[in-house]
Amino acid sequence: MSTDLRTSSPDLRAPGATWSRKDLTAIEPLSVAELTTLLDTATAFKTVGTREIKKVPALRGKTMVNFFVEPSTRTRVSFELAALRLSADVINISASTSSLTKGETLKDTAKILEANHADIIVLRHSSAGAAQFLAERLEASIINAGDGAHEHPTQALLDTFTIREKLGRIAGIHVVIIGDILFSRVARSNIHALTKLGARVTLVGPPTLVPRAFEHLGVTVTHDLDSVLPDADVVNLLRIQHERQRKEYFPSLGEYTALFGLTKQRAEMLKPDALIMHPGPINRGVEIDSDLADSGRSVILEQVTNGLAVRMAVLYLCAGVRGGAA
Amino acid sequence: MNPTPNPPAPGASVILDAAAIERALRRIAHEVIERNPDLAKVALIGIPSRGVEIARRLATLIEQFSGVSVFAGVVDVAMHRDDLHRHRIPPRVERTILPDDIDGKTLVLTDDVLFSGRTCRAAMDSLSSFGRPARIQYAVLIDRGHRELPIRADYVGKNLPSALDERVHVRFAATDGIEDSVWMSRTP
Repeated sequence: MSTDLRTSSPDLRAPGATWSRKDLTAIEPLSVAELTTLLDTATAFKTVGTREIKKVPALRGKTMVNFFVEPSTRTRVSFELAALRLSADVINISASTSSLTKGETLKDTAKILEANHADIIVLRHSSAGAAQFLAERLEASIINAGDGAHEHPTQALLDTFTIREKLGRIAGIHVVIIGDILFSRVARSNIHALTKLGARVTLVGPPTLVPRAFEHLGVTVTHDLDSVLPDADVVNLLRIQHERQRKEYFPSLGEYTALFGLTKQRAEMLKPDALIMHPGPINRGVEIDSDLADSGRSVILEQVTNGLAVRMAVLYLCAGVRGGAA
Repeated sequence: MNPTPNPPAPGASVILDAAAIERALRRIAHEVIERNPDLAKVALIGIPSRGVEIARRLATLIEQFSGVSVFAGVVDVAMHRDDLHRHRIPPRVERTILPDDIDGKTLVLTDDVLFSGRTCRAAMDSLSSFGRPARIQYAVLIDRGHRELPIRADYVGKNLPSALDERVHVRFAATDGIEDSVWMSRTP
């Protein structure tokens, strides 16, 4: 017989959902209770993927617009699938196909979308603060899918969700984030989420990409990867973002790999149960050894699966709030 | 969302005390056994949050009375509701816990109060996306009337005629931290 209530009991005394935001533009302003609500809701939505019918009617009749001014495959597809599983209608707009190329402003384009009764706009934009800008001006729910080097909240939520699911908790866990922190919205969102939930965060990379200034966020900064690996519960490898960098930040990819790449030899230094994470897309052989990325210790594909659950939770919670005002 | 645990206000009419709730659940457990000769195919599925406690208690009682261990699980209804837009904050979503295969099973949905019937409809919709149970039965502690859908309960702890502006409160020690009780109050 499968596990039932007597062996796996939900916490019926758990407090109710703590959520009253129509938008998710950043992790930084969220409370611990809000973060926990997001993660708990995602836990429930994750099971939808295991059903015979992988679709629930929660957002039936709502319209979600995927508005990606910067290129993306995985995040856009993940949001689209999440919306479809919640029975929302979805349209996709990319920068090249939108009137932004004709000189229309972001606000005007978004107003047009809203005039077409879009209930949720998922925005990826190269300018920090773009999502917040729209959130303050539109009735629609605005979900930030990455704004410049500022935040990428759903990526941080899925990383945090994966850690909590795999290791059972966040508090006290030591997470080492390696690589291009300076340009990384993923790192910023992760730092906020992890520190709020009580994890210990260490940032590692070349001084040009991991300046000491990050320490004011409550994290440790080091430039010596080998010294922190034996104490890590999680290593999160960030992609070297060719598109955001000029060459002066480090001499060569080869030197980067030699100093900060997770090679097979370095992986030997990790605890046996340490998790290897990567938000993708992977530069194989640069941040991470190719075989290591495919090994059993890497949870890279589970991160993708969890991304779907987390985005369903975000859409459900934000659209649910917005509906109250409609 | 669980309201803050609060005992009945002075003057509120207590409908069932802990002993009466226990008697009602024992009677329902006997009725489930009587109605379902093939008990091994029965699973009790609680609707969060207090329906889950009822499923758990009924499962224990049924095993005690019949010797058959029946599955006790949970079905989330939040993502299947038709009134998401009516809530100020989104209803809490729970993890669904069902037998590995529900095809051919008899699922007994359990809830604390049957009112409009919309929660039951959402629960049945949810179950149908997991498979095709042989039948679904419905057990409630309180049936207060005012149905908005053609739904009725198979097992009722107590029929409680109520006015629309009255509220029925069910509290369990396991879910609310105060003594098991059912009472009514009038919305001011």
